[in-house]
Amino acid sequence: MEDVAIVGVGQSNFSRGCGATISELCFEAFKEAMEGLETTASDIDASIICSSVYDKQRSPEAEVSEYLNLTPNPTFNIENACCASSAGLKVAWSFIKSGLHKVVAVIGLEKMSGLTSREVAEMMGRAYDITWESPFGYTMPAGYAMYARAYMAKYGITEEQLAKVRVKNSYYGAMNPKATYRKALSLDDILGSEVVASPLKKFDCCANADGSSCLIVARGDIAKKIAPIPIWVTGLGAASDTGMSGRQSLTSLKCAKEAAKQAYEMAGIGPEDVDVAEVHDCFTIAEILAYEDLGFAKPGEGARLVDEGQTYVGGRIPVNTDGGLLSKGHPVGATGGSQIRTIVKQLREEFGEAQVKGAKIGLVHNVGGVGHYCSVTILRR
Amino acid sequence: MGFEKFGVVSHTTKSKVADFVTYLEEGKVMATRCRKCGTSYFPPKTDCPKCLLSDMEWFEIKGNGKLITYTIVNYGPAGFEGKTPYTLAIGEFEEGIKIFGLLSRDIEEGDIKVGMGLKVIPVKLPDNRICYEFQKV
Repeated sequence: MEDVAIVGVGQSNFSRGCGATISELCFEAFKEAMEGLETTASDIDASIICSSVYDKQRSPEAEVSEYLNLTPNPTFNIENACCASSAGLKVAWSFIKSGLHKVVAVIGLEKMSGLTSREVAEMMGRAYDITWESPFGYTMPAGYAMYARAYMAKYGITEEQLAKVRVKNSYYGAMNPKATYRKALSLDDILGSEVVASPLKKFDCCANADGSSCLIVARGDIAKKIAPIPIWVTGLGAASDTGMSGRQSLTSLKCAKEAAKQAYEMAGIGPEDVDVAEVHDCFTIAEILAYEDLGFAKPGEGARLVDEGQTYVGGRIPVNTDGGLLSKGHPVGATGGSQIRTIVKQLREEFGEAQVKGAKIGLVHNVGGVGHYCSVTILRR
Repeated sequence: MGFEKFGVVSHTTKSKVADFVTYLEEGKVMATRCRKCGTSYFPPKTDCPKCLLSDMEWFEIKGNGKLITYTIVNYGPAGFEGKTPYTLAIGEFEEGIKIFGLLSRDIEEGDIKVGMGLKVIPVKLPDNRICYEFQKV
């Protein structure tokens, strides 16, 4: 059976207010993804719209596919919280491998600026169990803060070590013209910001944003004809976990470990083979957990990777060279596609200032909820 | 009567485990156990997906527990304006069950330690609402 490649990638500017409809927002990502390809919208024989729908528009797939001239071909909405567009890539891969479709557009989007931060916190809180968790005032930062507290109690890391993740990611965010926050932050900036949910402070947390992302995924023979440098999808892993009362561990994400294991097995590689990675740094602690869950560091040693600068470009395993969710902002459904775009551009050696020279194998770790879902994707030049 | 008065803000009213709320009013925090396979459930379930049976018994969580983790929340969602700070926590209990919920406001911030001993106790909230919370042993 033919392999599957990503032939085009794009994203809109991520911002606190896009001043556009969701379809107009998606056009920005679609345009960038299609530019330079020997193909047109009419060659796309299915589209997968990935959103958790924080805008008033319900079932966004109809409106978005019409605006992008993707009708009358089938279109679907994939909802998987913050890892929707990684899940969308997995579905696109399956569509192509099965022979049902040849070229599939995976379009991630979220428009969150129509709601206040408290309203978004309440809506996100209802992504937890609305009978048993939301009634206590559960929020995203609170969920990861409980992981941070348990992790700090077990391994003795400090709030300063958490802050170093943001220092690194803000350094790369300053180089990313599509990031919401493009300012390098100091340890003092981060440690001095107000506490949101202890021990996490404002700058340990990513922000809600408006944004879109687009991946054009094609059957291998077509990919070779229409794209200058196809990037091959070689590993796909995905897993889920329980609500908070059922968690076996509060110092690692079980679903991330399982998704990573599947992806490494499928790609026939190990963590030591990865040249560049994007991990889901919705909160600083999440990046440290990711290092360990992906096998870049042993349990309890994740913070040391940042301390030693090993996850900067030039280090052992550069991570979040686009600034991560912490700098870009987090338009829920668009985030996975933006992470994949970064790795595709890294593997094509198009990443400019933060390019990892000679990168051949890249990895994307995209988590939904507080470790409720995780997708790990391995790409190869 | 059911979940409309459970917790600080509720989003559900009806559930087949509404007896949980009745037990809270009687001063008990309860979980369910499948009579066939013996699996315990918290949050309580009325159905066992392993056995495909709905033959459950209730049992009380009255043993000691310990604090696994916590966070003091300063920025709450809509509906929690004026209610911050509050402390969310996970406790693990002798019955082999983990519970997510609120830590009592009676515990001073400086006294909260991962590993500390806990009990889970029903508590009345303002506006005739009811909940459970973790208290220090």
